[in-house]
Amino acid sequence: MSIYIARSPAVSARSLDGEMIIMSTKDSKLFTLNEVATEIWQAADGRTPLSRIVQDVVCAKFEAEPEAAYADAEDLCRRLAEHGILVISDQPLESAR
Amino acid sequence: MADVVSIATAGTGARTSLLDRIGAKAEARGIPISVHLDLTWACNEGCVHCYLDHSVGGDMNTTEIKGVLDQLAAAGVMFLTLSGGEIMLRKDIFEIVAYARSLLFDVRLKTNGILIGEGEADRFAELGVREVNISIYSHLPEVHDAITRVPGSFLRSIEAVKRLKSRGLAVEIRVCVIKGGVSYARLRALAEELGVRIQYDATVAPMIDGDRTPVSLNISPEERAEFYADPAVLPGLEDACAPASADELMNGHSCGAGHNGCYISPQGDVMPCVQFPLVCGSLRQSSFLEIWKFSPQFTEIRGIRNRDLHVCGSCSSLSSCGRCPGLAFQEGNMRGASRQDCENTYFRTKVPTPLYPAPEIDPAPRRQTPVSSQFVPLTALLPAQRDGAHRESAAY
Repeated sequence: MSIYIARSPAVSARSLDGEMIIMSTKDSKLFTLNEVATEIWQAADGRTPLSRIVQDVVCAKFEAEPEAAYADAEDLCRRLAEHGILVISDQPLESAR
Repeated sequence: MADVVSIATAGTGARTSLLDRIGAKAEARGIPISVHLDLTWACNEGCVHCYLDHSVGGDMNTTEIKGVLDQLAAAGVMFLTLSGGEIMLRKDIFEIVAYARSLLFDVRLKTNGILIGEGEADRFAELGVREVNISIYSHLPEVHDAITRVPGSFLRSIEAVKRLKSRGLAVEIRVCVIKGGVSYARLRALAEELGVRIQYDATVAPMIDGDRTPVSLNISPEERAEFYADPAVLPGLEDACAPASADELMNGHSCGAGHNGCYISPQGDVMPCVQFPLVCGSLRQSSFLEIWKFSPQFTEIRGIRNRDLHVCGSCSSLSSCGRCPGLAFQEGNMRGASRQDCENTYFRTKVPTPLYPAPEIDPAPRRQTPVSSQFVPLTALLPAQRDGAHRESAAY
């Protein structure tokens, strides 16, 4: 079963020529995401399952193998969630942004 | 998907390095990643050293400010500093901050804090303001209050620090070191007691309209020597001393003003920096990107490299100076040296600089560049000043 991901409201974010820069308003931690992670971040609307995001965005744009790509993407999302900049649920979420 | 994310924590070298990389990338792509927007020059304090004339009106209204924020977000600005004057005097302050946060800006506020009560602190925390800078001038209430000319302001500012800190906001005490003296150790102890960071600035700048009266409030050479002898007042100085190759140094420039950041006045005038009051255009007449990309003033600034600097280009302290082109501009020539920077660098490095201890080189020529000659003094663009508050501006 796929997870759902939404961007946390406690961040500031801007795309700098394709590289997403994110600042946590809670602890001032600064993050930069590479192109693949940026695509996942931008698609994190809380309603689209991660499996669909991986299929439609990651695999389609970066020619990745679906199973491995999903595992990597879920690992990434859990790491970002640990830092409070992404919200994860097994149910659809209301994206704050 | 290895290395998909870089993470850097506040206060670490890794974060400084990441911010430097972001700033360099923004500059290379012509993106103003950082903007300082003054919401008003009105203030409820009357600090003796202030560089603003609080009687100047003509502030942008809420709709205009929101329009500017839309433009800044579209231009790629991420780091937004909202300042003044005193931002809490704007009745729409929360509406502006909420709008900025809806556009995902990283919002930093500069305030004296004396109007920030429990409710205001709650609201800023809810809105996701990340950092608040509060000005404190002494650990002694009577000294601070004498500088702000508002009795009780010290205690009210300190209360605001505590309120914001208790809600998880990053609070930093900002100290402008002026004649009359602060005890660095006592202020540092106060900041530690409050659990907040502290940053000092030992340069009292001229007023934004060119009036150099506040400069007389700079600390004496003896006090400056004492200031720079205290390693705790300048954290991160080692970064400024990092060696650079001669080519890198001479092809570089001294700060990001006009390169990856700029300043916007409450009246909508765009300038390189609040300390570099060269009007490059008005947001009431042109779009932000038109001004940012095409104004002759910004174009000129971006063309200046260290090798072009009349005095600083041959100074042995150039790599460690932290030269402010705005101070040089206010002393007459953006390509020249400023006595204030020369003095600071001398006391920091103990190496004589072109204008301090004694001028050895005439910093002229002044105002000889083609675009500079077209500059309109800022005062000519400001609305008429009220009452007897007019300050005579220097002819620059």
